[in-house]
Amino acid sequence: MTSFLVRRVVGAIVILILISLITFYLFYAVPRDPARAFCGKICPPETLELVRHNLGMDKPLFVQYWLWLSAIFVGRDFTQFGPCPAPCLGYSFATQQPVFSAIVDRFPVTLSLTLGASVVILSFGILTGMLAAWKVGQPLDKIASSSSVIGASLQIYFVGPLVVFFLVDTLGLLPRPSYVPFTEDPLTWFVHLLIPWVVLSIIFTANYTRMTRSQMLEQLAEDYVRTARAKGMSGRSVFFRFAWRGAMIPIITIFGVDLATLLGGAIITEQTFTLHGIGELAVRAVQNTDLPMLLGVTVVGAAAIVILNIVVDVLYAFIDPRVRLN
Amino acid sequence: MTTVSWSSEPGTSRGPGPFLSVRDLSVRFSTEDGVVHAVDGLSFDVEKGTTLGIVGESGSGKSVTNLTILGLHDPAHTEIDGEIWLEGQELVGADASALEKLRGNRVAMIFQDPLTSLSPFHTIGRQIGEVYRKHKGASKKEARDRAIEMLERVGIPQPATRVDHYPHEFSGGMRQRAMIAMALVCDPDLLIADEPTTALDVTVQAQILDLLKDLQEQFGTTIILITHDLGVVANTADNVLVMYAGRAAERGTVREVLSKPSHPYTWGLLSSMPRLTSSVDVPLTPVRGAPPSLLNPPAGCAFHPRCDFPQLVGSDLCFTQRPDISPENGHGDACYLTLQQKRDIRTGDTEEQA
Repeated sequence: MTSFLVRRVVGAIVILILISLITFYLFYAVPRDPARAFCGKICPPETLELVRHNLGMDKPLFVQYWLWLSAIFVGRDFTQFGPCPAPCLGYSFATQQPVFSAIVDRFPVTLSLTLGASVVILSFGILTGMLAAWKVGQPLDKIASSSSVIGASLQIYFVGPLVVFFLVDTLGLLPRPSYVPFTEDPLTWFVHLLIPWVVLSIIFTANYTRMTRSQMLEQLAEDYVRTARAKGMSGRSVFFRFAWRGAMIPIITIFGVDLATLLGGAIITEQTFTLHGIGELAVRAVQNTDLPMLLGVTVVGAAAIVILNIVVDVLYAFIDPRVRLN
Repeated sequence: MTTVSWSSEPGTSRGPGPFLSVRDLSVRFSTEDGVVHAVDGLSFDVEKGTTLGIVGESGSGKSVTNLTILGLHDPAHTEIDGEIWLEGQELVGADASALEKLRGNRVAMIFQDPLTSLSPFHTIGRQIGEVYRKHKGASKKEARDRAIEMLERVGIPQPATRVDHYPHEFSGGMRQRAMIAMALVCDPDLLIADEPTTALDVTVQAQILDLLKDLQEQFGTTIILITHDLGVVANTADNVLVMYAGRAAERGTVREVLSKPSHPYTWGLLSSMPRLTSSVDVPLTPVRGAPPSLLNPPAGCAFHPRCDFPQLVGSDLCFTQRPDISPENGHGDACYLTLQQKRDIRTGDTEEQA
């Protein structure tokens, strides 16, 4: 287990360095000059030079990258903004705010959104999928299967405003989506995020319903399930104790892959409900050619996905004894 | 939809008869292509403490018959007619809870591939123990002790350690031993072994068969051994049932069927086996043709398209009339050839071979 974790963490660091390196070079492949934008409309060449120098953009690219990377671990002293202690992701070109604290401010919003939606997706998707498999061929199965096809085609930016219109504006059942920190008031946090969670999870839930159903049916046809029945196990215990384990393995695997898409969906959801999360930062950073912010958001987002994937792998080993972590 | 007919109410008992009696059993599956007549009017008896070997090609209905004894077919797609009596208890049409009580307890089953037949997610000990807990109401501790005892009984070394291992940590032979331990944990009266040695190599195969024989001697278990290996039957069984296209082709003691086979299909099976005494250059004689489709079985005797002798029977009996096994008891076969004709054909055979 320990050696598995060490290996995975080392691998994760390599991946994060590669991602940041690619983002960094891609940024410079874009012809817009951030120094010019920073300098303003009327910009004499000497001021432009100064801005460049202050932003650290007059140095060779690999030196710039190295300074950015080392700042994460040892901090950095900016002539313009003053000292930036580790972990330092630099200052935003656009707002002059420290990137790290901007992300720390916004991260809980995106994390709440993603984790909450994950819970809805997994619990609801797996539950309906199992129900459909349990009642295969019966009306319940048909309803679950066909509604999952409809669900898969409902986009966030379409469903989101509709739900708000009906549940908030017309019926007044739920408050307008917003973010209240969990630590401040868990209940308000929950109630205000309910609509975004459900809207974000609709597309995914449908997928998990279909997957769970087909996986359960596949597992129920396995030899070991027949053995369990031949041993005198009841239909219910065969379904929930034997087949369930086997069906969960591919679902967890796919979920690990879907996490990245889910984070992307969270960004769209934030835009739809004007929640101030990482996604908003990312969109604005791209619009403003704000390199430090863009790098920061990318790396933190990637780190979240990599870490959650390690968690998924550990979970995997718990469910299937054939998977050994070492 | 299960259409079930029985001559008396399910669960009612009948006077003393054979230990297991299958009467005129038919099993049909509805598939997308039509109705498959997997078993069609099959009858046989098994006496207590004996071993019946059921032989036949793939698709001859061997496994289907035995899964029917345990009621393991999906009722939504299966139609079952006929009767199965186990010590006076009718199993066809018996309710789910009665069958659950029977399975793993009085009637146990072992399957062909012990790797896929064991749950990969639970330890061997747990899989053995849960049968014991389910049927005997044992505690976790008792079930575990019983599992260790069973593993020891089937010859698994260090059972106290092995009990906590998963199937993938066992070798093929060990897995089948574990499977047997699981089947025998409740001391069943009837053990159905569905090709228990097919997935194993020859030396392990012999060990497993010896183990079954030993256990039978110790506990008086009745065994139905399904196989397509006549060698296995010769070594292990007391009686043999040869099945073809879902019906009984020949029935008798091992000695009768193997040394004095009387059905052309059994002749074919026997002559398709390699012999140690014959030269390696002599090619094997397979049964010509292919097994019939059970969606649309041939009229008359299902074997007639592959049989060399319908013209000897004279009339078109073989093509139109389905033969029943005769005589009723003892060594019998479902064939219209007369005894004399069979004797003539067999002596011709031996002359040819000599």
